[in-house]
Amino acid sequence: MNLGALQQLLLGQAAPATTSLGRPTVESIGFFFLIVAVTLVITYWAAKRTKTSKEFYAAGRSVSAIQNGFALAGDYMSAASFLGISGMVALKGYDGMIYATGWLVGWPALMFLIAEPLRNLGKFTFADVVAFRLRQKPVRIAAAIGGILTVLTYTIAQMVGSGSLIKLMFGLQYEYAEIIVGVVMLAYVLFGGMIATTWVQIIKAVLLLFGVTVMLILVLAQFGFNPGNLYQAVATKYGQSALEPGALISSPLEAVSLGLALMFGLLGLPHILMRFYTVPDAKAARKSVLYATGFIGYFYIIIPIVGFGSSVLVGRDLITKIDKGGNMASPLVAELLAGTPFLGFIAAVAFATILAVVAGLTLAGASAYSHDIYVNVIKGGHASEEEQVKAAKIATVIFGVMAVLLGILFKGQNVAYMVGLTFAVAASANFPALLLSIIWKRMTTWGAVWSILVGTFVSIGMIVLSPTVWVDVLKNPAPIIPIKNPAIFSMTAAFLVGWVVSLLTPEAEAQDKFEDEKLRTYLGVGAE
Amino acid sequence: MAEAARSNLKEVRANKSAHELLESPDFKALVAKRWSVSLLLLALLFVSYYGYILLIAANKAMVSQKVGEVTTLAIPLGVFVIVFAWILTALYIIWANKSYDPEVERLKGQLKH
Repeated sequence: MNLGALQQLLLGQAAPATTSLGRPTVESIGFFFLIVAVTLVITYWAAKRTKTSKEFYAAGRSVSAIQNGFALAGDYMSAASFLGISGMVALKGYDGMIYATGWLVGWPALMFLIAEPLRNLGKFTFADVVAFRLRQKPVRIAAAIGGILTVLTYTIAQMVGSGSLIKLMFGLQYEYAEIIVGVVMLAYVLFGGMIATTWVQIIKAVLLLFGVTVMLILVLAQFGFNPGNLYQAVATKYGQSALEPGALISSPLEAVSLGLALMFGLLGLPHILMRFYTVPDAKAARKSVLYATGFIGYFYIIIPIVGFGSSVLVGRDLITKIDKGGNMASPLVAELLAGTPFLGFIAAVAFATILAVVAGLTLAGASAYSHDIYVNVIKGGHASEEEQVKAAKIATVIFGVMAVLLGILFKGQNVAYMVGLTFAVAASANFPALLLSIIWKRMTTWGAVWSILVGTFVSIGMIVLSPTVWVDVLKNPAPIIPIKNPAIFSMTAAFLVGWVVSLLTPEAEAQDKFEDEKLRTYLGVGAE
Repeated sequence: MAEAARSNLKEVRANKSAHELLESPDFKALVAKRWSVSLLLLALLFVSYYGYILLIAANKAMVSQKVGEVTTLAIPLGVFVIVFAWILTALYIIWANKSYDPEVERLKGQLKH
């Protein structure tokens, strides 16, 4: 699993060395408390504006395009991107850049295929769109399975990764790190709902972009502001091969399958899709993707330069001595070039990064249960505002506590496959049903249900039988399915099943309602 | 505002003009145009990203050739894939603002009568 390899890197343990990394400094704790204090003040402010379900799930649809652009970037750029990619470039050279491109290219696809229809058709979750003209109960249940599974596996990967990272940077015990992330994040989501979550994500994105920009300038200043000089130094120290693609892409099939999972997985990530309901209309949704793509693209262009800079200035030996996976490459170069205060700042930003992503995931997980299952299946769509908000808050607490417990339960486990699983399930279970329901008139209830179920179970099954789980986790000698990323097969299967089952189970009502749907999809008539 | 649009939709549905609008050549042209623009841009995205991945898989020697003193072709290529992806989203926005939105407003205007 290529994706998994990155996550695996995150799990390496620290070794003592000549740096203040791994023990709490006044600066790092100071910055950390400053960020937490500011975000909690915002949460207090947001709590007073969070009364209705629309405010809780969708920030009252009052988020502007640029704010949502920052928040999308904050929701998406995880600690794995920030620390993992710079570390990978520092240790392995060019291959880290291949990852960086893959993490970006889903955004244009999101814009071209689903951003505007999603905003026009839905209310709080992507299941609103799939269930728009189909029978609510079966579709909502199936969509919630795909949605919750995606959010849960991603949360586990984030929680386990974050516990190790916080331990590396602050020297804080793993379990305490999990509990702190859980408590602070729950405070945001429970009291401030989507309004607080949005602002936490905006603050995190601004801090992260500012932090890496400062690092970029500091690194380039060492090389006369000429990347060519930096590459020259890399080639001198580690050989020309550091600037050439290495072993990451060996099989074209594997590479394309990974690319498909990264690209279309984004279009099935519930916490990302949910953000489109926070803007006033489809036009703002569209604009927010442009901003988000700009911020994220900028981030992925400069983060490899920071990685290369670290490999030259800090050196691979020290980087691997601190953490085998190379995750501390950028914090180390920050400390080297600007001292302990800047390291403290970067460490606090990494912490904020984790908080923002986990808060977004918790809100998405809670909404899949409370909005899709409780309100629309159990209560048949008839729940008062009060009941809806109460259900949302209960689901939030359950999900938050579960995230912490699972984080502790999976301590030290190889959860590399979790990130791969998230993207494969998102691309195979959520995305095909979503796209088909938007564009295809003859899509039916059972077509959607079977597409989601087949996408879910084929992708999970293939990952379990692949080298990532069958060999690396279950310690079998040889994989049953050689391919590490199943998306190319599981996504195709989901589309095919959705198509065939829909043709076999014609649904006149769904076809009739397609007209209403089209007015909303393309003209925004009746959009909430 | 949303409430108003919704009740409006119900009235229109009653006198069938929503149906007429959906069947009108203008609306069909709008939908067709929207998807041809989207799919064209998506095709360009596919060519650049999967082209990049497959080129690396198929011809490492080519992407490893130097374009500067030590800088390999692969480095500007990777940056290009990211920048190009952003340019594609910008192109979509420009098209949507210039031609999709005004047409949507025009058709929505027809719906009210």
